Amino acid sequence: MTKFHTAALAAIATLMAGSALAEPQPMANPAAGAEPIVGDATYKAFHEKEGISRIMADFVPRITTDPRIKARFEGVNLIRLQLMLTNQVCYLTGGPCEYGGRDMKEVHASLGLTNLDFNALAEDLQLSMDKEGVPFTAQNQLVAKLAPMQRVIVTK
Amino acid sequence: MRRVTYFLAALALGASASAAAQAADLPFESGKLLLTGGVTNVEGVGGGGLANWATITGYETRDAIGANVHATYVGLKDYDLRTYGVGVGFYDRVELSYARQEFDTGSTGAKLGLGRGFTFNQDIVGVKVKVAGDAVYDQDRWLPQIAVGAEFKSNDKGAIIHAVGGKKDTGVDYYVSATKLVLDKSLLLNGTVRMTKANQYGLLGFGGDKHDDYRPQFEGSAAYLISKRLAVGAEVRTKPDNLGFAKETRAFDVFGAYAVNKNLSMTLAYVDLGDIATFKDQRGVYLSLQAGF
Repeated sequence: MTKFHTAALAAIATLMAGSALAEPQPMANPAAGAEPIVGDATYKAFHEKEGISRIMADFVPRITTDPRIKARFEGVNLIRLQLMLTNQVCYLTGGPCEYGGRDMKEVHASLGLTNLDFNALAEDLQLSMDKEGVPFTAQNQLVAKLAPMQRVIVTK
Repeated sequence: MRRVTYFLAALALGASASAAAQAADLPFESGKLLLTGGVTNVEGVGGGGLANWATITGYETRDAIGANVHATYVGLKDYDLRTYGVGVGFYDRVELSYARQEFDTGSTGAKLGLGRGFTFNQDIVGVKVKVAGDAVYDQDRWLPQIAVGAEFKSNDKGAIIHAVGGKKDTGVDYYVSATKLVLDKSLLLNGTVRMTKANQYGLLGFGGDKHDDYRPQFEGSAAYLISKRLAVGAEVRTKPDNLGFAKETRAFDVFGAYAVNKNLSMTLAYVDLGDIATFKDQRGVYLSLQAGF
């Protein structure tokens, strides 16, 4: 093979490898509703699993007493909810967790939630993240992952 | 004192309207996150300080109506501009606005031969419709929120406008805006293209002896979200240059917008409105208060 052919083959191989990388990868944990944030900087800014557990221990009582949305949680197993949210946020922020819960669309399908509900919950989450001392920029990285879930969560 | 009175009147109106709406059980709500509805700009339109944005004014979601009143004071080297008005957002889809602008030439009026304190007044009725995308929810897409709109402007100083080469004392601006919140970078970006004949926003009329056709002008804004309550940013806005007697230049500002809560926000900016009616480098302070429900 000439040098030219070798170079051409190498170029084609590189292009093929590139296009293989560009193919959409199957979601590792599709039920979590989004791909996790790359790197561990956000996860660390949330003070890792312990911090996320504290956030959710504050968040679940907050949403279930928020007069705007508390009725939405009637009959919900709150211990399980807190565990699922902790794992989901741990996973989405780039932490070493798996979300074992149900798909976002399936979980919320019958609830008839509105944008007002969705945004009220986001506000409560911001308050809980504030309480844990998560920097606003890191909070926004998580909220950026959660915001598009509005399309499947809000059905009314 | 007069300015302070405007602010207080606007705030009182906002507070009483809010109470009335609650009493009447109308579908008003405060469903958006802080500052995500934008503020009210110098023409009474939902946006930044000088630029129109694609956001629909108010804190309502798609299920309700939101409204606000505002008062803005711009103190420049040789002029003052006061604006006050009302904006209503319907179902996070349609925005209607009305603003009254008072461009006070102060002592400069005498130098221009108009008389001390000569004031150009302009009424602006705005309509904006969101046509695609969602600035907040669409964090996994590049598509921005896109809105189209029009501003119907009417100036009360037709005789002076004609005397300086202006063609008309009424005009319509048409625009398309694209706004994107890039949440994982805590950034808000906006670009607007406005088709307009307006001289100094319409305060000096529409069209002129140099040009009398619609030309596209650009408005760009970039803001960084420091906290839930505070955003800082900069804007630039190009304008037509239609009048022969005085060159019109671009406007620029750096601003901070602070939301006390969903009912009250304030915008403080340093503005450079360029040259106005032969007086160069009109720089100064921009202060706007907005009360909503």
